[in-house]
Amino acid sequence: MSDQKTIMMLGNAAIARGAYEAGVKVSAAYPGTPSTEISENLVQYKDSLYCEWSPNEKVATEVAIGASMAGVRAMCSMKHVGVNVAADPLYTVSYIGVTGGLVMVAADDPGMYSSQNEQDTRLVARAAHVPVLEPSDSQEAKDFMKFAFDLSEKYDTPVIVRTTTRLAHSQSPVKLEERQDIPDKPYERDIAKRVMMPAMAKGRHLVVEDREKRLAEDSCDFSVNRMEIRDTKIGFIASGIPYLYVREVMPEASVLKLGLVNPLPKKLIEEFASKVDKLYVVEELEPLIETQVRSWGIDCTGKEIFTVQGEYSANMLRKAVLGEELPQKDPANVPNRPPILCPGCPHRSVYTVLNKLKIHAAGDIGCYTLGAVAPLSVIDTTVCMGSSISTLHGMEKAKGKDYIKNWVAVIGDSTFMHTGVNSLMNAFYNQSTETVMILDNSTTGMTGHQDHAATGKTLQGDIVPAINIYELCKAMGIKNVTEVDAFDIATLEKVVKEEVAKDELSVIITKSPCVMLGAKPMTHKCVPISDKCKKCGMCLKPGCPAITKNEDGTISIDDTLCNGCDLCVSMCKFGAIGSDS
Amino acid sequence: MDTRNIMIVGVGGQGTLLTSRVLGGVMQDAGYTVKMSEVHGMAQRGGSVVTFVRYGDEVFEPIVEEGCADLLIAFERLEAMRYAHFLKKDGVLIVNDQRMDPMPVVMGAAAYPENIIEDLSKEYKVISVDAMAEAKKLGNPKVFNVIILGVAAKHMDFSVESWNSVIEKTVKEKFIDINKQAFATGYAI
Repeated sequence: MSDQKTIMMLGNAAIARGAYEAGVKVSAAYPGTPSTEISENLVQYKDSLYCEWSPNEKVATEVAIGASMAGVRAMCSMKHVGVNVAADPLYTVSYIGVTGGLVMVAADDPGMYSSQNEQDTRLVARAAHVPVLEPSDSQEAKDFMKFAFDLSEKYDTPVIVRTTTRLAHSQSPVKLEERQDIPDKPYERDIAKRVMMPAMAKGRHLVVEDREKRLAEDSCDFSVNRMEIRDTKIGFIASGIPYLYVREVMPEASVLKLGLVNPLPKKLIEEFASKVDKLYVVEELEPLIETQVRSWGIDCTGKEIFTVQGEYSANMLRKAVLGEELPQKDPANVPNRPPILCPGCPHRSVYTVLNKLKIHAAGDIGCYTLGAVAPLSVIDTTVCMGSSISTLHGMEKAKGKDYIKNWVAVIGDSTFMHTGVNSLMNAFYNQSTETVMILDNSTTGMTGHQDHAATGKTLQGDIVPAINIYELCKAMGIKNVTEVDAFDIATLEKVVKEEVAKDELSVIITKSPCVMLGAKPMTHKCVPISDKCKKCGMCLKPGCPAITKNEDGTISIDDTLCNGCDLCVSMCKFGAIGSDS
Repeated sequence: MDTRNIMIVGVGGQGTLLTSRVLGGVMQDAGYTVKMSEVHGMAQRGGSVVTFVRYGDEVFEPIVEEGCADLLIAFERLEAMRYAHFLKKDGVLIVNDQRMDPMPVVMGAAAYPENIIEDLSKEYKVISVDAMAEAKKLGNPKVFNVIILGVAAKHMDFSVESWNSVIEKTVKEKFIDINKQAFATGYAI
């Protein structure tokens, strides 16, 4: 090997590197924290592989399945809730198996740093009978990706590599290796294996059961499942990031480190349990390992002292297992700093209008979910990707069209392309009279600006025809489709009033690129003109972080934060905010 | 060597990630095992953010526990106060003397604490620097984070050459010179 360089790598970058070294030829994904950087890193290898942003995780998974069927190594990656969207193909590809190796990377978010729930992908994998590998650091993230492809081909199964936020967004050293040359597999028609209608699927279900049994037995000898016998008074079964907390707190204790967490190596676990006096199972979120260990009649301690909620820490283990804590000071009592819309964000302008009109919004997933909190306080509901349009439709069907005369649905352009478009088809088909506002900022904002089908650019940087959201809505047959500049608050107010009043389905597309894209050159900064200020506080209403109130009631604008969007200028009736250009 | 613990805290968007990457790179080049943990996603939108950097001969967990930080680098006063309890007894706190009001303060629902630096100085070794003013003097407010890094570098045992070489590898080519100037400015404070 000529290239044996060791470099610091983000967990997600290491996953991408592992895919590259494993000879992956096709990757598809939809961005979602904490999985996004996998594809963003994979694209640097685009001379050797193809990678794309798909509109959603179901599509991404199907793209990867097709590539596997065609005989190459393929992958898809997504956050945990994306696995729900992809669950339909996932459950069935478990029956079909693979031709080229097939790996799904699922990134869970214990502690919900950037998610709407804390679900545990291992449970989905168990239900779908798909093996799960769980790495503990960046080196393992890379190594396990390569092992996942070998496993996938050897056992004819898709494999899930499960990470968590802490692994995905931590950096540690990784030794680079060269890309493996994996020859494409020849294609042979095999409808009993690839056409899942009942007669065929019945046969495949037997294969799945047998596969899982063999894997459970063989995995007792896998090197990723490692018995570390030290002091045998206490033994831990651990995997992933919690393994590191165990080593940090009790470096002398024995550990059975599991790399494969589904199916579990029963014989190995029995052997380990017989060697230690007291057995603990340490796993974040659901008691998946613990429940199975107990079902085999093995006594262990788990969730009765560890929580199912949030992220673990070394100190939490120290307290739960040893009854000790490091000496700690209480944190200072300081005001919270919740995330907010950026200065110059077009969503702030739209919400300022909706707030003024006292309109409620059925919300969706993205930066604009932040419109739920004060001072904008517009969004009332948020469930999942694409849900805004359909939940508002349900409200109307429950209570009638007058009930939603002070409601709109708000959804971003990327989320609309993800699954919102299906909800809009339903709203049109089932005669909804709701008003849908598509907040089009020309990007997938919250995850850090990824392209999508309506931006005109691909993950690999190719310029392609963009889907025109306006024409798409028109093509469905919707009569009332209006485009408005997101910062033209007077026109926006007029259009919202008109469309909400109509007894017909309306779509308002508010357009202005995300300020972080830098698409519009910043021409000036907003500056207060103190002698014209009447101290009315109107400019403070949108909650721009660049504007603060002085003790005398006038305002200051932080010139390092201001992006010159002029929303405050539009809000001021007295001309007391000018520009520095 | 015992594992050393560093934290960088600030407001999402202030550039804590770049700073931690330079830090980690320098330690890596010096032959240490390094682990870092970052915050991406929603909190990056103006929320309170924290990055952990640990280095030594063998490092397990990537996060720093409360009461264990040797060095806390805070990009904003209120954030310094929020995380000060992570410092160990003789730990050093480097704070950028800047005030950024969080939304509860902007809306009048909470008060921004007075005398933060004076109060923290009673308990910790505090080095306060107005990095934003220095950055504006250099003509680019964005490099205030590398000025703070320069200040912090004086409390660590790595050569100036080593810092500069990592800065060269980490930032975009057209910003290398301004960032090296910023580092030198901080190092001279």
